[in-house]
Amino acid sequence: MDVRAQVSMMFHLDKCIGCHTCSVACKNIWTDRQGTEYMWWNNVETKPGTGYPTKWEDQEKYKGGWEPKEQTIKLRATDKFRGLANIFHQPHLPTIDDYYEPWTYKYSDLFDAPAGDDQPTARPISLITGENMDINAGPNWDDDLSGSTVYANNDPNLENLSDGEKQALFEIERLVFFYLPRICNHCLNPACVASCPSGALYKRGEDGIVLLDQNVCRAWRFCVSACPYKKTYFNWKTGKSEKCILCFPRLETGQPPACFHSCVGRIRYLGVVLYDADKIEEYASAPKEDLVRLQREMILDPSDPEVIKQAEKNGVHFSVIESAKKSPVYKFVKEWGMALPLHPEYRTLPMLFYIPPLLPVLGHVENGVYNVDAEGYFGSLDKARVPMQYLANLFTAGNEEQVRTVLEKLLAVRMYKRSEQVDDIKPSLVEDMLKKTGLTPETCEEIYRLTSLPTFDERFVIPPMHREYAAELMAGDPYLFKAEAGVGGFKDRPDRGL
Amino acid sequence: MTVDQLLYGVFPYVCIVVAIVATLYRYLTDRFSYSSLSSQFLENRQLFWGSVAWHYGILGVLTAHLVGFLIPQSILWWNMEPVRLYILETTGFVLGLLALVGLLVLIYRRLTNSRIRVVTSPMDVTLLVVLLIQVVAGVGTAIFYRWGSSWYSAFAVPYLWSILAFKPDVTLVNNLPFVVQVHILNAFVLVLILPFTRLVHFLSVPIKYIWRPHQIVRWNRRSPIIGA
Ligand code: SF4
Ligand code: SF4
Repeated sequence: MDVRAQVSMMFHLDKCIGCHTCSVACKNIWTDRQGTEYMWWNNVETKPGTGYPTKWEDQEKYKGGWEPKEQTIKLRATDKFRGLANIFHQPHLPTIDDYYEPWTYKYSDLFDAPAGDDQPTARPISLITGENMDINAGPNWDDDLSGSTVYANNDPNLENLSDGEKQALFEIERLVFFYLPRICNHCLNPACVASCPSGALYKRGEDGIVLLDQNVCRAWRFCVSACPYKKTYFNWKTGKSEKCILCFPRLETGQPPACFHSCVGRIRYLGVVLYDADKIEEYASAPKEDLVRLQREMILDPSDPEVIKQAEKNGVHFSVIESAKKSPVYKFVKEWGMALPLHPEYRTLPMLFYIPPLLPVLGHVENGVYNVDAEGYFGSLDKARVPMQYLANLFTAGNEEQVRTVLEKLLAVRMYKRSEQVDDIKPSLVEDMLKKTGLTPETCEEIYRLTSLPTFDERFVIPPMHREYAAELMAGDPYLFKAEAGVGGFKDRPDRGL
Repeated sequence: MTVDQLLYGVFPYVCIVVAIVATLYRYLTDRFSYSSLSSQFLENRQLFWGSVAWHYGILGVLTAHLVGFLIPQSILWWNMEPVRLYILETTGFVLGLLALVGLLVLIYRRLTNSRIRVVTSPMDVTLLVVLLIQVVAGVGTAIFYRWGSSWYSAFAVPYLWSILAFKPDVTLVNNLPFVVQVHILNAFVLVLILPFTRLVHFLSVPIKYIWRPHQIVRWNRRSPIIGA
């Protein structure tokens, strides 16, 4: 057993209101430089929809992630020799047009235009070339556009949905959508790391954050092709790739990442989990339907004395183990089995988990009167508006059963609370539901509290990162690095004057 | 000191010393700037035709130059049979042409595509010009002065070795045809500007990738803090 710690994340999709505050918080801190305008390390997409970059889930096109090969797995986009042979031109690299051409407006025209009969306008100009351009794509271009024939209909996750299901999904006035916020998953088996010929990408041993060393990157761009989530980005200006850093400078000072901190819907949870690194290759190579179960198995119980012993032997600080015991992610993912990884079939073992949206049909309007379902306030799962198969394609590699289990638990908690507070649900119904899902009233209460009423410190249980130990290793003088420029800099200190 | 001595006896040393010192200096002080600066992300289609043809062409030609430089006898021996000479010459010519076509595509792309112009520096243009001269001179030599592979091994290689031995023998090269002299001198110009251009990316050929494990983990502090 090779016990390691991973800062892990959970997003509760029922709570996301699609406000993009997270994206903007991230952009303001990290990607407001030239060359990064088009990058959204955090982005929020409407599902069903084509997402950002357009149709990123279509791995026939982008060749991201791993695929099974004999007993193990191999990268889809590259391998050791093919990688070197394709180094001069990469067949599956997305280009700027797969994302969008960043733009601004020529506001000066509003002031400088000569007097005339028409109002002056500020025309859009490209942030790359400075030329006039027509805007026809943006980072969230299909926002709320479910039902659109251009976007939603081309969602790769609609594959193997029946025509009836598709129709129901997009029926006018009843169409449905939900939001999917995405950041780098800081995977346990990252395809980006494995694909980099220079070895610029790495996983931090102590907390599992996946970073890209800008001094080692040589712009071979394989990480961009290999990451199935398209969460490494190429900076066309500096000629280096960049990616989400999980705000490690914030984490190291005890603050949650900016997108977590600013989240309006409070959908985000962060905490450390312990896992068994010996199992990575075996579990990532498992049959498709086992992936979710095995990844859950890989996460270890931080209260188990044997796990603690092995963790300490491995150099995991006891304060990190303590933090793992309080981790909300551990509870949602492992203890309650309610959170699922996004596209486990890419086999990168992503460590960002999602609670799928329940979206039940609450009621219907009849003769101008709003009626709730007769048999029970929340209706039944089979009347849920998003087809189970769709959610399964997103979160369980197509396995409907695993999604259903999670949705049943979500429903059980709601029924339990409704019956407790409003008392209009038959107790026998609640009991049946609890029995079916294996939840107890106590756990329901706990889930309810952590879902609806968590404090800041309950949502973000940040382990001490112990960077003070690292300072010792900085060859003596920690002030050596003071005032250095950050991402993209390294060269010049921001000096002014003489 | 004659002009020839200056060009063939001194200039090469200046180029080599500057290249070594400046490359090391840049690597040690500004590693961030080491990059192939790929522009595939901004323009994909023309790059395919340009970059693949250029790189494979030039790599083939350079390999041949290298083999000739290290074991000139091998080339001379191979060329003893006319058929083998023709094969070598034709292959070299085709690769050279491939490189030339690729380079022309790349130059065209850099000059005409507005997105690519944004990421073009004056040094990129300089480099392209020097490379163009070099390849044109090389291909020109192949066309106008036949069996270059043989006399490269017989004249240019001994000259190069004489430089390495610090006894530059100018007489080996100063009477060669004009195009050939351009080819040789321009090669030293290339060496000279190497550290000041994006060409440094060829020093970071990621061969290590072939044997390194897929996953890389960096530890801040590997030794256990407690326990162990
Ligand atoms: S999501 Fe992509 S970039 Fe992030 S660790 Fe996984 S493979 Fe790498
Ligand atoms: S800030 Fe939170 S609620 Fe708003 S879009 Fe982002 S994840 Fe959703």
